[in-house]
This record gives sequence, structure tokens and C-alpha cells, in this order.
Amino acid sequence: MAEAHPVGFQWVMEAKARGAKVFHIDPRFTRTSALADSYIPIRAGTDIALLGGVVNYILTNDKAFHEYVLAYTNASFIVTGDYADAEDLDGLFSGYDGETASYDATSWQYEGMEATHEPGSAAESKEQAAGLQHESGGPALEGETAHPTADPTLQHPNCVWQILKRHFARYTPEMVEEICGTPREQFLELCEAWTANSGRERTSAVVYAVGWTQHSVGVQYIRTAAIIQLLLGNMGRPGGGIMAMRGHASIQGSTDIPTLFNLLPGYLAMPSASSHQDLNSWIESLRGTNQKGFWRNADTYAVSLLKEYWGDAATADNDFCFDYLPRITGDHGTYRTTMDMVDGKVFGYFLLGQNPAVGSSHGKLQRLGMANLDWLVVRDLAMIESATFWKDSPEIETGEIVPEECRTEVFFFPAAAHTEKEGTFTQTQRMLQWREKAVEPKGDQRSDLWFFYHLGRRLRERQHGSADERDRPLLDLNWDYEVHGDEPSAASVLRAINGYDRNTGKELAGYLDLKADGSTSCGCWIYCGVYADGVNQAARRKPRTEQDSTALEWGWAWPYNRRILYNRASADPQGRPWSERKRYVWWDEAAGAWTGSDVPDFEKDKPPSYRPSEDAVGPDALRGDDPFIMQADGKGWLYVPTGLQDGPMPTHYEPHESPFRNALYGQQGNPTRKVYGRADNPSNPSPPEGHAEVYPFVLTTSRLTEHHTAGGMSRQLPYLSELQPEMFVEVSPELARELGLEHLGWCHVVTSRAAIESRVMVTDRMRPLRVQGRLVHQVWMPYHWGPTGLTTGESANDLFGVALDPNVLIQESKVTTCDVRPGRRPRGPDLLALVEDYRQRAGVTPETGTRIATVGASAGRAHLENAHDPETDTEGQS
Amino acid sequence: MTLDNRLSGPLDDVAGEAGHTGHPPRMGFFTDTSVCIGCKACEVACKEWNLVPEDGLDLLGMSFDNTGSLGASSWRHVAFIEQAPVAVPDAAPRAVDLPMPSFTRPGDGTGAETRSDFRWLMSSDVCKHCTHAACLDVCPTGALFRTEFGTVVVQQDICNGCGYCVSACPYGVIDRREDDGRAFKCTLCYDRLKGGLEPACAKACPTESIQFGPLDELRERAAARVEQLHGAGVVEARLYGESPDDGVGGAGAFFLLLDEPEVYGLPPDPVVPAKMLPRMWRFAGAAAAAMLTAAAVAFAGKGPR
Repeated sequence: MAEAHPVGFQWVMEAKARGAKVFHIDPRFTRTSALADSYIPIRAGTDIALLGGVVNYILTNDKAFHEYVLAYTNASFIVTGDYADAEDLDGLFSGYDGETASYDATSWQYEGMEATHEPGSAAESKEQAAGLQHESGGPALEGETAHPTADPTLQHPNCVWQILKRHFARYTPEMVEEICGTPREQFLELCEAWTANSGRERTSAVVYAVGWTQHSVGVQYIRTAAIIQLLLGNMGRPGGGIMAMRGHASIQGSTDIPTLFNLLPGYLAMPSASSHQDLNSWIESLRGTNQKGFWRNADTYAVSLLKEYWGDAATADNDFCFDYLPRITGDHGTYRTTMDMVDGKVFGYFLLGQNPAVGSSHGKLQRLGMANLDWLVVRDLAMIESATFWKDSPEIETGEIVPEECRTEVFFFPAAAHTEKEGTFTQTQRMLQWREKAVEPKGDQRSDLWFFYHLGRRLRERQHGSADERDRPLLDLNWDYEVHGDEPSAASVLRAINGYDRNTGKELAGYLDLKADGSTSCGCWIYCGVYADGVNQAARRKPRTEQDSTALEWGWAWPYNRRILYNRASADPQGRPWSERKRYVWWDEAAGAWTGSDVPDFEKDKPPSYRPSEDAVGPDALRGDDPFIMQADGKGWLYVPTGLQDGPMPTHYEPHESPFRNALYGQQGNPTRKVYGRADNPSNPSPPEGHAEVYPFVLTTSRLTEHHTAGGMSRQLPYLSELQPEMFVEVSPELARELGLEHLGWCHVVTSRAAIESRVMVTDRMRPLRVQGRLVHQVWMPYHWGPTGLTTGESANDLFGVALDPNVLIQESKVTTCDVRPGRRPRGPDLLALVEDYRQRAGVTPETGTRIATVGASAGRAHLENAHDPETDTEGQS
Repeated sequence: MTLDNRLSGPLDDVAGEAGHTGHPPRMGFFTDTSVCIGCKACEVACKEWNLVPEDGLDLLGMSFDNTGSLGASSWRHVAFIEQAPVAVPDAAPRAVDLPMPSFTRPGDGTGAETRSDFRWLMSSDVCKHCTHAACLDVCPTGALFRTEFGTVVVQQDICNGCGYCVSACPYGVIDRREDDGRAFKCTLCYDRLKGGLEPACAKACPTESIQFGPLDELRERAAARVEQLHGAGVVEARLYGESPDDGVGGAGAFFLLLDEPEVYGLPPDPVVPAKMLPRMWRFAGAAAAAMLTAAAVAFAGKGPR
């Protein structure tokens, strides 16, 4: 965190100054470790084993916050008798289909509930990364009533509590040491501190970044943290929670109002071609039948969004223009699209503030894809590698790209930086903060808002008067933003996102005001209220000295300016604060309302004693002690009965590429991870496949404080470039001795995709770990360099292949295996020969790494491209 | 106050001594290296504000330090010191740490003897703005002067590049730019101070490792911080450059360190060369007197012929 988020790290230092004990768990000793009280080493890619060990510690040492767990989590709910755990099936859960490498989640359900209708089949929902569609609340649950069967004694063998205990029983401190290489004493020190700092009087927070997410089991890393925080009562309470530090400013904003293929604003699932033929079927899948909680109102969110898009053209008679929305037919994620570029199925591509030639996994695939387009639009601050790959990529040297023959026409548009335009940033606490323009952009630099507004305007002018039906979605668009000079007003866009009453023109105060009859419009239901009373609430900057520590008048947080989500959980079931010290939101009996220092995340006048009638649905079905109001059962989920692709419980799987066999289960890796078995996306072998020893070292990458991600914003600046002027690889003195590497000398790092060279940094900060009885070396690289800028170097992301988490289709780019050799890499065609030689020695074929099930009926089955490719439609992908 | 204290030793009113009247309190830096995260924001902010040029794109291999040292174009320098653990038998003060050979196979250990108690020290160095500034003492042109804030600043339009200051500075801070010839160093953002702003490096520091303020106040704050760290078991915490009794009469920019100054590349006992001046004059005077006496004796002894 000190490395990549130094400004945020000041608060960790503040906490430390007030007596907090800081633990840092990382494969290598970083600037964060230097300031932590305790540094705990771990083998990259084994965090679930470690966190699962913490769960086990809590359960076996009776450290859970029992009242909280019983009242606010699904611990007491009973799961169907058909459910089989990873403990029973050697690493698989019940419902596994080896053919599609996906789960039918029917048997994971609560007793008496049905599986929900995800779009189409299990395989299809995996293709569409359906897990991501639940980011602002759980998926739907359906049944006769909205209330699952429960055993408050927690004794039923199939209640969640008992399943949890069985599932994590073998995640002992010894097993943690065996898998993670983390010394047992240090692990126990962590467990003791975490549990001692949780309960009625104290809370602990978890802050993570892409070191947890960029894995083939990334979502389950966060799930394991969620289990711990629920068991310890650290959710919905001040000082608790799980916070995602993002890679850039406003990445939270870019999922709230998404740039993702499978989502519409506010986490409304993108309609699917197979199951959403009309507005009604789409809305029903969003809100569920007999659904409990606020997703029940999804019809009002969806219709208001369509009204914002198409204004007066959207009417009840035409399904509010629902048919203008594109439908998804499968995986249209960024990596699928890149492969489709290589395969000639994509013709044009827009890149805005993104540098895939350096920043995405498998750089060579990215560049070969971009070299096979008709046109490419790059909007960035400087000429980045993704605009210049046709003349300076490593493939020029090997002859794989020939500048004279490269067909892609690249249009470069200089972009305005964040200081040169107004708008909002949304940070990890879901808080929107308004930003003024500090300086005028120079020359032709323009904001992205300017670009898209005028692109839309010109396209509409061009098609004006067209009688073609396919132009209707464009021509009917509500495209009337305020413009100053030629720059659209970002505030007027924020007002449209907030939404307004179409009859009175008055801005809405919050999403409870939304209607499904077309009388309201709203660009993003969770942001509704950010422009309440016609005031830009995100621009509020009342100093902390003039308000209390919750600082409700600084910026605006979704939903409804609540600073801590699910804060009803900060009070006990009867509505009293758990303790004076952690008092936050409580029930005021005299006033008959919830009150406190935050906006209560609960219906204001629903008393703790409220019990719904049997036939209640939606918010009415939420009890007075159901704090997790967006969840379909009102509870925090220790166990996930539906909605995840890779199992209801986090399970330790080895990374896609690992030198070790899974010590816990016969199932080696995530059995549902997304692989693309094709010759241009080879994998390094992992056990039980042979020859893993050809790539014997664990490689992980991350950032340096001195540079920004793929370098587009830092390698152009002399003051940053001089601070980290060259690409390097960090190795331990032991590995350096073993391989004959010299400090500041050259080495090259080899995987089945590429070999790249860099300088060597020998440091005690890298340390070998003892895993499964043998010593394993980890090597680390920053990924900031590419061939352009003041400092240049080879790109670490060239070493990674494409293997994805099945829930959200994020790439596993935080761990792989590699070999390291002294000296510079071979040049030209010899480079290809070296990589090929490695592949041959490792027996790598397109099938390697795609035999993802290693136990059960389909063990050893390879998943090759085109074997079951549902994809025929490439329309709309550019 | 004795005459001596004009050249060395404690001096209560350093700006007043330089002729300023009605001046503000002496301002300075307290750099608490125990909370430095090595982000180098100070280096960048300094260069941005003061338009200091880029200083070479060289990978130095000195941990994460690619600046190397303070110089004409590096007015802040963050040092990174990697320390392998050494077996300390008791709480005796640590000696200067040199990497020690390890006797166990790495990865064999499972407790405190492993490398996880490794230390990585970070410290942002800067011009000390000495009470008795050697650079200022030796400057023949008056380019270096003492400001009303008690800081020491080079006037670039007067500096003739003679370089006396470079060899005089006991810390090796000030230096000449090769292509320009003139001497440059930290101004403690004199222009910002004039405008009521804090220096750029302190402003940019995210963890308040670099603290700016009236020197008296900083000394109090530093003493409290040392006490707090000692209470927390960080017995190695100590201040460097805060004592008015040291060789430069106390620094205007002083530090909290977690090891001996040498570990950070700081001189353990810096002395302003002018401190020797009275002694040198005394010796010279004594020598002259001796010569005169000897001459007198010689004449007296011989007597008239």
C-alpha cells in the first residue's frame, strides 16, 4: 500500500501512531513491510490457504462474535441435502459439469429455495462473467416465501455454520505453513491480533488491491476475507469493512457506471440474447420472484435508465425502447475481444487511457491483435506503446509485425488530463468528489466527455433523417447536455445521472423516488441523490473542523450519502449500539426512527422488532434485524447459495501456473477458471502435468511508487523517470548465487509466451520460502516499462498468458512460473527459438493448462478453443 | 554570548546575528525517518517547485535509491538502507550494521531468526541550514546569505562559481552544476516562506515525515517523539543535528534516525571549519609571539658586538 497508494498509506501511519499494530503480508519485503510492525512472507497465489487458516483459527478457538453471526449472517440457514462440499469431492463441489467446466448451482441452494434464473445455462453465465453483476448486492433467491429454513442452534449438519466448520477444518497453521511458506508462529501472531481487535468494543478493517483480485480465484480471495469479517462482526460497523484500493482514481466509478461488457449503470445486468426477449423477462431476472430486499424494485431502476437514454421516445408501449439495448451472446471481455482481433473478427477499437500493449497480460497477443485491425483510436496523454506498436514493438525485431505491412490505421487523439477538466472521482468508500478544472488543456487536448459528446452529435447529424430502423437507437438518444463553448458541462451529465421527475423537472432525492411508469429518468440508480435539490452534492467541501468525524458534508457517497454500507449492523438486533465505543447508528425508541452519525442504511422508521408477514416481498419482507438490505435474505453470506461460478465456499486452488501440487485436494486449480486453449496462448505446465520444473520459479509483479501502471503517465516525465530509470528484476542473494546472476548485471526471464531481459537487483528483501518440504524461489518485477518514453525497457506483462477468474473474467497476472537466465536475451528470430525450445522441453501444447479438472469423471479433459465455442456473433464489439 | 559563538557553538538569534531586525522565528525541518515510506514525493515536489533539472537516468543499484546523494540538482535525497538482521544478544546499542554472513540455510528457519525481521530504513536528507554555515562563512562574493528565517540561501545572480562552499560544507550538501559552474542547494523554499507557504517537500510528504515549522517548536516535538518511540520499545531512535552544542551549532534541518548517522551516509560529528578559526588564530598568534620572543631573545642573547 505504501508502494502503490502512498497518499492513502498516511492513514495507516496515523493508525500506527495511535497504537494500531500493522501487519503486512506479501511475497516480498516492500516499502509497506518496512513500516509495518510485522512482515509476513507468503508464496504468491496462496492467500485463500492463509485466510482459510484464519477462518479455521476463529472457529476452532471460539473467536467468532456469536450474537452478530447468529443474527446477521446466514450461519443458521440450512442448505439442501444434495449439496456436496469440496471436502467430499476432493476439491470439487456438487454440480460440476466437466464438459463446460462450470457448475450447476442447484444443489448449493438453501433448503426450500430454487436456483435463480441466471441468464440461460451455467456455462452461459460463466461466459458472461455473471458474478460481476452482483457487485451492489447479492443475486436473487426464490422460493415459496422469502425466508429460508434456519436452525438457530447451529447444530443441523447441513446448516451453513456446520458446513463452514467442515470445509475449513484442514486449514490448520501447519497446512498454512506447508502451502504458503508462512512461518507458523507469524501466522498465529496475525490470527491473535486480528481476533483480539474484533468484537463488541473493537473492529478491524481489510484493505486490498489487485494483489488479491488478479488471480484465477480472485473473487474467492475477497470472499474469504468477507467470511472472516462477518465471523468477527466487522461489517457495517465503524472501523470495519473490506475496502478495495483501486489501480487508478475512479476505478470504483468505472464499475458503478461501467465500461464493462456485461453491465449497465448501477450493476444492472446487460440483457442476454438468449433469455431476455423483452423488457419484462429482463426485469424479472433482475428483481426475482418473491424477492426480499431492495433489488425487488429493480423495475424502477431499469425503466428510469431507459428513460434517461431515450427520453420521450421511450414509452410503455414500446417497452421503453428496451429493444434498442444491445444483447450479449457470450464472453465479450477484453481478452476474448483481443483474440477475436487476432482471428480477424474485430475491425475497429477504441482505447481511452488504456495501454494494453504494456498493461495487459500477454503483451504479444495484445499487439498482434491490434496489428490486425482496420482502425484503432487511441486517446491518451502521450504517444503510448498501444499507438506505436506497429513500429516499435518487440515483434518488429522477430519479424512478426512488419511496419510497412501492418494494416491498422491508428488515430491518436491527445487527451486532457484530470487537472484539465471537471468531473468526479469515485473512491473506494463509494464517495464521489467533484474536481474543478485547474488549467486549460493545451493545443488539441480535449476531455473524454468532449470527445464522446461530439462523436455522438456528429453521428446523429450524419444519420439525421434516416429511415433505417437500425438508426433509431442513435437518433432517438436523449443527447441534450448543456455545453459551454464546445465543452459539454460535466455537471449537467451528473444531473442526468442523478435523475429527475420528467413532469416537474425536479431532481430526485434518491432511488426510492424512482418509478417504473416512465415518469422518472435516472442514469444510474445508485447515484440517485448526488444532485438532490439541484445541488451538486459531490462538490461539497465543508472542512472537518466544522462537522463531526463522519463528515457527511464532504462529497457524496452512494447510496443516499451513506458512508458505511449496511450500518444497521452497527447496532444489535434490538437496535442498541454493540458498545459505547463503537456507537454509530441505532434505533431511537422515542422518535420511532433510526438515528446516529451516519445516514442509516435501513428504512428509517422500521423498528428492530418488525417481522414481515409470510407473503411479504421486496423491502417489506426485510425483518427489523436484517441489516444486509440488498441481499436476497437480508443476511451477510458466510456461504453463497447462488451467484458465484466457482463454488459456494472459498477453496484453496493452486494458481493456473504453479510449481506445486495442491496439498489440500486432488483438484489442482480453480475447476471453473476460464482458459483459452490456443496455440498463441500457451500455458506453463503445472502438476499433475509433467515438466513444471522447466519453469521452476514463482514470478509476481507489482508497481513501484515512482511509476504509474503501464507507464504512460510517468515514463514521459523526467522527474519520475530519473527516480526509477530502468526495468529490473528482484532476486534473492541465494537465487543469484545459484544462477550466477550479478547485481546490476543482465538477465532474462522466460515463460512459454516470451522471454524478456532486464537488469538484476539482488536483494535480501526477496527471500526463498520452504513449501512442501522444498525451497522455492520467488522473483519479482515491476511492469511499468515498454519501448517508448524517456526510460524504456521490456514489459513484464509479456510473460503472462491469459487465464481468467470465471466470475469476473479478470486475468491471473499476479502469479506465474518462469525461468531466469543470466545475460541478455537472444535477438531476432533466436528469441523465438529460445521460447520454443523451452516449450518443447516442457512439452507445451495448446492443451497444456487446459485440463482444468484433475479429479472426478472429467479429470484430464482438455478445453480447447472452438471445441464448444458458442460464438458466432461479433457485431457491436468494436 | 561570547565572541566565540559567532563562529561556533549555540546561537540564540541566528537571523539577528546576521543583522536582521524584527525578523520571524527561525524556521526549519524536522525529518522523522521512522515514518518515511520512501515515496520520494519530496524529491519530485522540490524539483517541480524550484525548477531543478533532471539529474541523470542512471540505475544505481543502491536499493531503491537512484538519486545517490544531495547535489546541485538534487536538493532532497531519499536514502534506502537494507539491513539484514544481526544477532543482538541483548538490548545493547547496535553497532553499525554491515551485512553479516548467514549460517543457516535460508528458508530453514520458522521463527524470528528468519529474514522477516529485516529492516529497510528510509530517510529524506536535505541541506541542514546550519547555525554556523560553513558555506556562508567561506563565500567570498556574498552570494550565500542568511535569511530572516535563519535559513541559508545562494543568490544565483551573485555566485561566481568559485566552489569554496563545496569543500567547506561538512555534510557535502552544496555542489556546483557541471554545465553551469554555479553552486546550488536547498533554499528551504525561501520564496514560498516569503509568501507564507511551507516548503514544497514538506507540503508533499504524505506521512508527515518531513515537518516544517519554528525550530524551537520542532525541537520540542522531536523530543516528544523520541520519548514516545523509546516507550514503544524502539530504543534505537535518536535525534541527529538538533543539539545547539554540536559542531555546527545545531542544524536548522534535523532528523530522527533509527541507527547511527553513518548508516544513512551522514557524518557522525560534523564541524563547521570556522570553529577552528579562534584556535588557529591563537596558534598563529602564539607562533608569532614565539617567533618574536625568539627573535628578541636572539637579539638579547647576542648583545651588541
